[in-house]
Amino acid sequence: MSRKHNIIVTVNGKTYERSVEARMTLADFLRDELALTGTHVGCEHGVCGACTIMMNGEAIRSCLTLAVQTDGSRLMTVEGLARPEELQPLQTAFQERHALQCGFCTPGFLMTAYAFLEETPAPTEAQVREAISGNICRCTGYLPIIQAILEAAPIIRSASQER
Amino acid sequence: MKPAPFEYFAPENVPEVLALLEQYGDEAKVLAGGQSLMPLMNLRLARPKVVIDINRLSELQYIAPGSNGDLAVGALTRQRTVERSDFVQRENPLLAATIPLVSHAQIRNRGTIGGSIAHADPAAELPALSVALEAEFTVRSSRNQRVIRSQDFFLGYMTTALQPSELLTEIRIPAWDPRWGWAVSEVSRREGDFALVGVIVLLRLDNDVCEKAGIVLFGVGAAPVRMRKAEEMLRGRRADGKAIAEAARIVSEDLEPDSDLHASAEYRKEVAGTLTRRSLVEAISRAREATKR
Repeated sequence: MSRKHNIIVTVNGKTYERSVEARMTLADFLRDELALTGTHVGCEHGVCGACTIMMNGEAIRSCLTLAVQTDGSRLMTVEGLARPEELQPLQTAFQERHALQCGFCTPGFLMTAYAFLEETPAPTEAQVREAISGNICRCTGYLPIIQAILEAAPIIRSASQER
Repeated sequence: MKPAPFEYFAPENVPEVLALLEQYGDEAKVLAGGQSLMPLMNLRLARPKVVIDINRLSELQYIAPGSNGDLAVGALTRQRTVERSDFVQRENPLLAATIPLVSHAQIRNRGTIGGSIAHADPAAELPALSVALEAEFTVRSSRNQRVIRSQDFFLGYMTTALQPSELLTEIRIPAWDPRWGWAVSEVSRREGDFALVGVIVLLRLDNDVCEKAGIVLFGVGAAPVRMRKAEEMLRGRRADGKAIAEAARIVSEDLEPDSDLHASAEYRKEVAGTLTRRSLVEAISRAREATKR
């Protein structure tokens, strides 16, 4: 019944080949098979947003996708944001603005914000609020998160212009 | 592992899907975007023996002009693709305005148009929208192909006219009448959550008299609710404040919503009336603009 399926995925630029049961969610696959535990698993039914990652350039819930469905895909998790010795501007802004306390929701917020700023490099506050509406934070009250994203936006913008 | 074990198939084309559906019938679930089915499986509220993943069916991902000006949307088209489509923005402003209300961006990136309709959550926007727009659904089985009108499709709580051997393949939306005035609004606990109450209004004026009116409510019954009595009352009436107030009152009275964790039946009735009134005001103002042009 639980036949295994071979999949090849690229996560944060590195290619992995694994054999998985069809019922394994992508979130569990990242954490348990690839030991990428930056992706957090909260509600496991698509409400909290903690497990948000990028799949082929789009932010998705990794708890609502099966690992077997990602065969041939390009994935990016929170581990793929920073470069060695240098945080990604969103991470710096989160740190400076105290946009996290316990940190459980943070990987999901970072990935949601990352995907959002790729598409909307110069957002209004209202757009930021809407963009993070699918992520739940029980510590901060959201205001520092909104500020951090608004502050990171122009830094990311100017960095991408330099490139 | 969250979901119970199942046998997994990822066929490459529609005939293969139909053959599997024929073979496994109601033991099988079709997995499209997974944004409704996966939560049910993770919570083990759904334990299908067989999962037929249709995500490889690129043939069901399209937005295209149909014959006589209608809009054809492949069932596997992502909600996000519709949201970003300039063609949809031009051709159907109501569809364009409704899509962003469907859950959150991360969900719309995976969620599909056909998946939302086939799942038929009574609080979801797309089933109600399809009823308001009088859309038609093409469904196929290995033996047959038929067209089901949206008004005949939603039978009850997460229950549709789809047979276990059938696959929803296309949503056909009639050509947009440039004279339409429209509005969509909803009340939910959090932006992007399922609506406690939602309403879609679509109407046409002739000399400021209501020529045709459609009012569909969602989140207030087992399926989208078309408010026939209010619609009939409006037909032939001058589109003024009195008619609007009367329509809102009828809608509120006619509904028999359930109470649940999120809202009481009384609250839903009250909000339904208020949203209907506001939506009619908005739709009438759009219809007046549209008739001027």
